Amino acid sequence: MCELELTNKKNKYPMKPIFVFTLICSAFLVYSFSIYLQPVASAKSELPGEGKMVWQKYNCQSCHQLFGLGGYLGPDLTNTYSEAGKGAVFIKAMIEVGTKQMPSFKMDETEMRALLAFLEAMDQTGKSDPRSFTIHANGMISQ
Amino acid sequence: MKNVGKLFFRTALLLLIAGLILGCFAAASYVWPGFLKSQLGFMAMRPLHVSAVLFWILIGASASVYFGLNQLKPNELKSSLAYTQYALWLIAIVGMFYSYAVGDFGGREYWEFNPIWALPITLAWIIFIIQFLRITLQIKGWPVYMWMWLTGLVFFLFTFLEGYLWTIPYFRNALITDMTIQWKVNGSMVGAWNQIIYGTAMFLMDKISGKENTGKSKLAFAMYFLGFFNLCFNWGHHIYTLPALPYIRQIGYAVSMTEWIFFLRIVWNWKNDLNEIRNHYSYFPYRFLMASNFWVLLNLVLALFMSIPAFNLYSHGTHTTVAHAMGTTIGINTMILMAAAFMFLSSGPSIQSKENKAVNGLFWILQISLLLFWLSLIGSGIHKGLWQMEQNRIPFAEMFEQLKPWFILFFIAGLGITLSLGGLAIHLLGNKRKNTF
Repeated sequence: MCELELTNKKNKYPMKPIFVFTLICSAFLVYSFSIYLQPVASAKSELPGEGKMVWQKYNCQSCHQLFGLGGYLGPDLTNTYSEAGKGAVFIKAMIEVGTKQMPSFKMDETEMRALLAFLEAMDQTGKSDPRSFTIHANGMISQ
Repeated sequence: MKNVGKLFFRTALLLLIAGLILGCFAAASYVWPGFLKSQLGFMAMRPLHVSAVLFWILIGASASVYFGLNQLKPNELKSSLAYTQYALWLIAIVGMFYSYAVGDFGGREYWEFNPIWALPITLAWIIFIIQFLRITLQIKGWPVYMWMWLTGLVFFLFTFLEGYLWTIPYFRNALITDMTIQWKVNGSMVGAWNQIIYGTAMFLMDKISGKENTGKSKLAFAMYFLGFFNLCFNWGHHIYTLPALPYIRQIGYAVSMTEWIFFLRIVWNWKNDLNEIRNHYSYFPYRFLMASNFWVLLNLVLALFMSIPAFNLYSHGTHTTVAHAMGTTIGINTMILMAAAFMFLSSGPSIQSKENKAVNGLFWILQISLLLFWLSLIGSGIHKGLWQMEQNRIPFAEMFEQLKPWFILFFIAGLGITLSLGGLAIHLLGNKRKNTF
């Protein structure tokens, strides 16, 4: 297909770009499926998954983060559910009242319950606080 | 058929102007909290801005490929496919904007619109791939940029579809896997459109320098494969702090470190590049390509540090990551697309002196504004990064208030980008002359 051939000096076999392309694509697919087939932190019920839909419906991700991923205007909410002085009541009040920056949201009871279940389940998956990590000599981190 | 690339590029430039203006509105929320809260609010302004600039990049990249295909195989483009693709883009864009305006969200970050609008985007992309293969399968001996275009086209479609796996409960209910896939998608998708845009840069360099062999050199292919390898496997650096499968973190770290090769190559070529700049400096497409090279270097250094988990702890979740995203999308993607727009929408190789003066001024205002914009984001990112590692930290709201001077600089620099880049876009839209493409 391609005139150019990347030659392997040792055995002089041509390595056409199509072979390298196919090789990388295959490795990518194997890697992708290894992730799909090992679900991490599967929720015990459907409710947290439904809560994630509420999170998306009200575009909470525009301002808030989970594990440092998301918007930057508001605080990270990964562990707010279990944070001292916060928790479900605090979250519910913030959603209903809003702040100077954040509008108040008119959620129905079902949506509110699902969203709180989602935040509770996220809280149980791990700690997002960067201070809870240990830095190793090779630059890697662990918790 | 009429050159459809021109229609695509003009549409992309209009989206760029819209994206710039909407970006200023969204940025105003950082300086004046609650700005337009009761009308649109940051919740709608951010996705409006992001979608407009995202589609500037996607449609601009598609336009560049169309111009390239028309050069490689003149008059072979199938107009019915091209116009169907264009119509589907328009349907998707109108749908997305309507979705945001009425608060009909439901999608993921960067694609927050009602997921129904993902359908025309998918169809448009499939049609684009069919058009591409119709033309390119007739060509023997593909230069590297055609491989890059193919890679970008295929992987954009794959990652875009993968980005909707959350609609299936199996994925959605596995909370951490779901987030892993989300960031796998984000990382690889950016890599995919980068392949299309970098491929365009290589195509332009071939045309400007007249050395058609550079696109077939072993080094060019080696760099392409390294970039492709990173597209597939380096995205783990986005989620070092996520409790995902441990090997994702290790693969992400190891693969990201291969990017030092790109860095060394840029440094190695620096002197040659400087000589070339002197030869082609007055030619605007080339100048935008050189600007993109400068931004590649700055962003690569930033990315390399952010890819080291120990440093990532300080930059993750802060505006340093936004600096990287803005440096990439404006500094690299937009500069290359502007180079392509100047080449395809302006006439001939020499730019007239009258035009030169105004365009030259806007070019430099853009570069300086972008540098200030980038530095303001890094400044606020470092501030927040240090705060999040403090043992006895002040509340978030208090820390955020301390970032205000950085946000004011960010807003002013953003205005500078809007005026200069918007001015360049208007200049290109007003350019009615025929070109050689």
